[in-house]
Order: sequence, then C-alpha cells, then structure tokens
Amino acid sequence: MNETWLILGASSAVARAFAREAAAHGAALLLAGRDMEDLEHQAADLAIRHGVSALPMRFEARELASHAGFVAECRQRAGSGLLNVFLAFGVMPDQAEADADPAVAAGMVEANFTGAASVLGVLGPVLEAQQGGTVVALGSVAGDRGRKRNFLYGATKAALLVYLQGYAARLSGAGVRVLCIKAGPVDTGMTWALPRLPFMASPREFAAAAWRRAGRGGGSAYLPVIWWPVMTIIRLLPTPIFNRLNI
Amino acid sequence: MPDTLAAQAATRPTAWKQTALQGWGRSSLSPCLAARPERLRELRAALDAPEGRTLIAHGGGRSYGDAALNTDGAVVVTGRLDRILGFDPATGELVAEPGVTFADLLDVFLPRGFVAPVSPGTAHVTLGGALANDVHGKNHHHAGSFGEHVLWFDLLLADGRMQRVSPESDPALFQATIGGIGLTGLVAALCFRLMRVPSNALAVRRRRVRNLDDFLAGFAAAGGATWSVGWIDALAGGASLGRGVLETAEPAESGIEARPAKARRFPIDAPGWLLNGASVRAFNEFYWRRVPASGQQVTVPYRQFLYPLDAIEGWNRMYGKQGFRQFQCVVPPGPGEAALRQLLETVAAGGNASFLAVLKVMGPQGQGMLSFGMPGYSLALDIPARPGSEAIFARLERITRDAGGRIYLAKDSLLSAESFAAMYPRADEFRAVRQRVDPHRRLSSDMARRIGL
Repeated sequence: MNETWLILGASSAVARAFAREAAAHGAALLLAGRDMEDLEHQAADLAIRHGVSALPMRFEARELASHAGFVAECRQRAGSGLLNVFLAFGVMPDQAEADADPAVAAGMVEANFTGAASVLGVLGPVLEAQQGGTVVALGSVAGDRGRKRNFLYGATKAALLVYLQGYAARLSGAGVRVLCIKAGPVDTGMTWALPRLPFMASPREFAAAAWRRAGRGGGSAYLPVIWWPVMTIIRLLPTPIFNRLNI
Repeated sequence: MPDTLAAQAATRPTAWKQTALQGWGRSSLSPCLAARPERLRELRAALDAPEGRTLIAHGGGRSYGDAALNTDGAVVVTGRLDRILGFDPATGELVAEPGVTFADLLDVFLPRGFVAPVSPGTAHVTLGGALANDVHGKNHHHAGSFGEHVLWFDLLLADGRMQRVSPESDPALFQATIGGIGLTGLVAALCFRLMRVPSNALAVRRRRVRNLDDFLAGFAAAGGATWSVGWIDALAGGASLGRGVLETAEPAESGIEARPAKARRFPIDAPGWLLNGASVRAFNEFYWRRVPASGQQVTVPYRQFLYPLDAIEGWNRMYGKQGFRQFQCVVPPGPGEAALRQLLETVAAGGNASFLAVLKVMGPQGQGMLSFGMPGYSLALDIPARPGSEAIFARLERITRDAGGRIYLAKDSLLSAESFAAMYPRADEFRAVRQRVDPHRRLSSDMARRIGL
C-alpha cells in the first residue's frame, strides 16, 4: 500500500490505536504532536510491530503560523503516495474551570476548533491536488446538543462538524472523502477520572470501527453505533424536559 | 506562547480516580486512588501521588493476591504503556515498555520465529509484572526465571530519578528489582532476549501418571525435555494420591496453520454451590481420562500449550463472588518429596474443590533477592475462599516452611511475616537496597506491609 496517514494529535490514546490500525493495513505514518519523546516511542513500536515507516513530527495546533510549513513537510515526507489525515487533537477541560477562567475557554476553542480549521485549511489544496485521500476527524456526541455539563467542549465539536460539512463539499469534486466521527466516550486518559460513563469503547475497538467506517466513505458517523439512537432521543427531547435533566 | 503551552501540558495534574482493585483471586476488594499513565511523562507525574500516599505499580492484574494492591494508597496501572521500543533480529534483544504483554510478544514475534525465553501460565501478564515477580514457566528447569534473561531496565526511582540498571551498573539494585514486587521503583522500560524457535508449534507428549511416585519418576526421566508440566487431580487420595497427567514439549520443526485465537468469556460469577467436591471430581476425572492410557502425542500452537487457561477469558469468575486463593510453593528435592505428599494429603482430606493442581520441576535459584525459583518441586493449587480455607493455608504454609521450601509471592495472599522471613533468606539485603533507593517508603503495597518488608 503506498499510502500515508498523517495523525494529528498522535499521542492521544485514540490516535495511537488508529495509527496501529493503519499500520496493520500497511500504511506509513506521520505522527504529529507535541510530546516528541512519546512520538519516538510510538514510531518505534509501529515500525517493529508492522514493518511500516513511522516518523514523529512536531505539531502545535495553536501555532497557526506554523501550519503552512508543517503541511509542506508532511507532503514531502509522504513522497508520491496518497496522504490521508486523522485529526484527533483536542482538549476537554472541566466546564466549571472553563466558566471560571476565560483563558481556559479560549484555549479550548483555539485548540479544538481554530487549530483544526487552520491546519485542515492548509491541507485542503494538498488533498485537492492529489485527487483523492481520506480525512477522518474526531467530533463528539457532545456536539449534538449543548448539555449543562459539557457545552463549551460540545460547541467546539459542533463547530468542527459544520466546518467539515463544508470542507467535504468543497473537496468532493477532487474525490477526497471527509468523515466526521461523532465519538462517544472512549476509555482513555481523557475519561479515566470521570464518573463511570455509559457505552464506553476501548481505544482499540473504537479505532477498528473508525477504520472500517472510513473505508466506506465520508459523511458523519456515530461511534460506537449505539450513540445513534441515544443521541437521536436526546436531540428530540423537548427543551423544558431536557433542561431539567442533569446530563 | 509555545513555552506557556508546554508548561501547561507539563503541569497538568495526573488524573487520579477513586476505585477498587482486586487480585486475580478476587478474594478481597481494595479501595485506592488509581492513575493510568499513557506515556512516560505521565508515569513520571504519577510518582507524585496525592496526599502523600504510597504507591505501587499494577500491570495485568494477574497477581493472585495483594502484591499489586495498595489499600487506601495509590496505584499506577501500567497497561497503557505498551510500546515495543527496539528489536534486533540478529540477537533477539527486545526493548519494551512495561505494559507490553506476553500476548503481544506472541502476536508480533512468533511469526518471525521468536518467543519469550520464559513465559508464565497466562499471556496477559505484563513484562513489568514479569520482572517484578521474576516469573517462571514450564521450562524453569532449563531456562531459569524471567530475570535470568533481562539485560537491563530503566527504573523510575521514588525521588524522580530515572536510572538504567544492569548487573554491571548496580548489581544490588538489579537483584532487588528482579522479583522485588515493585518496591524499588516504577519500571519505565526493560530489555531482554527473545529465544529463536523453528516454528509456531510444539510437539507435546501427554501420559497418564498413576500417583506421586510415578510423577517424580516421570519428571526425572523427562529431565531433558524443554518444557514439562504435571497436572494433578488434587482430590484423588489414597493409592491414587498425586494421580495426573504429565506433559512434555519440544519445539516442532514444522509449524501448523495458525487459527486466530478467540477466547470465550466466562459469562457470570458462578454461584457458590457450583464448585463442590462432586463437580470438581468429575472434571478432574474427565481430564485424566481424556489422555488415552497408552499416552498421546500432538502438535499444538505455543498459545495452547503455554496458556491453556487463556482460552476462557475471566475464568477466575468460576469461583464465584467470594473468589479463591492460590497456593504455590517450591520445596527442595529430598525432604520436599515427603512434603509434597503431605501437601496433597492436606488438600485431598479437606475435600476442598481444587481444580487441577500443577506440579513442576524447578531449576536454579533465581538471582533476585526475593526470587521464588530454587531447585526442587513446585506445586500450585487453587482453593475457593470459604470459611476454613485460611486454616488450610496455614497448614500448607507450615509444611512448606518445615521442608525448607518457600511460597510464591505472585500467588500469595496469606503468608505470615514470620514465615516470609524464614523462606526468603535475602530479605535483609533487599531491605538495605530499599533503604538506599526509597528511604521514605514511598513505594509500598498491601503485600509489603503484610509480610513485614
């Protein structure tokens, strides 16, 4: 397979599992993130387990000015192969913390939305030029309806979804597939300390499902699939009832 | 801006959660704060446990008792640190993070003709746990325990220093950490040598054994076998005491078609009455009769021979909500033979529903200060946690101690401090190293406190 997957936010547990899935299918990996020590470990692991090329790359979502140079380097590293993108970075500070400190709120918007829109924007022409490839981005079920507990995070993911809809429309002519995964909670460091959450998926199961879904084309998809009926009900709840729920 | 971001990331507090953990035997529930680092940076941060709590690493959760439990303390779950960091096919040298499991090694390296030189009875054990318990396998009589194959490890000490420890760089700390049940530091990476094998399969011979004498003679005759293990029907008494099945195995020259391993899951906590003398007796009888009287020779994949119980995920639930305890001891040759008989008689007389007990010949003394392995015979058996089972353990402990044997810490949940001191003559050496690297006892566990370390 002459394909490369660029993993943005590669140190997260979900991204790590997805990178293993892609490597198991023979893809080369560009592992982009901030923790270079960790990315080195991951690159070694992928190369040994699956015999693929894996390169750590420094990437900072909130340094918008660096994105153009970063994308150019990715294009070059991918060589003549098809470049695909898995966008997994994002932060989820406590809603109360974000309410109390505007800097925390702004930082989340910057990382989860502004940074994502910026790097995808720069990647757009590259993907168009290669006339193909797949973009998979991690949205969240939290983006379906603003809940008391988590609406700032949810808002950043809702914004990302709308961005991806337009992005998909723009790139569809070039044969680029864009998939927004509305992720339910996954058993990672992000959810470890939270109270027990329903329908929790392991990163490995989640990544395997994401890989299969990406192979079937773009659009948006709930993962695990159980979140489709659950969120359909939650979206349809009348506002007076929804507002009384402590979810 | 980048500096402040990096600073934010570095100072982000470790995620701790209040939870309750169990050993594999599920005989007790231990409340603690737990963190599950996903990378080295988070492992370092986890050293700083909240409220000055003590800390212990927890790998695959396959220690049967309380070796990896820390009631009201803090526990670092290492399973997400699961990267393979280096492999040299010329020498077989492997470098890996502590959360890599034996199952990972089988998946990645058996197709390339390598297996772990020593493997415990379940593939879900992590390499960090293998080091900390100096685990052994069915080839102990030849290969020794896991620690014999370790070249070095990176140890995160209680004061935050990371030290690469080898037999040359710091022999005392090396020997204290091998089998040191996690009390010298947190393992961040380790290097050991894999063993080359000709195929993915083993040629296994099984034969029925009538009683204990027959077993010991069988082991003596099979001394040249690469792997050997005995399954004993621990409910058989009288003339059949020690009756069972002896298995020996050699690497098969040609492999067999590998089917993807799919474990069945034990669905529920079995009700307490299910395991009784009659049901277990029937199972053990079946297991014995399964092997034809004339013996049997089969070629099986490594997984099936090395990890038979892994075929049923969560088999420990078979013992119901109250759980069970495992007893494993090693007794020296000579006095140990009489001790084996006494141990089996004690269990058979108690009528305790114990599934197949495991008998093995053990090889050299391990180099770890608290290594279990020593020349002699090892006997392992499960006993359901019921009223009266602690008294049986006390008797088994006494017999073992009087025979000059010792009890395996990885399996233990009841050993007394006094017997520990008698069974582990290098405990004071171990204490001295711990005093040097962790003078404030930041690392501790339920087991450490119980056995007086």
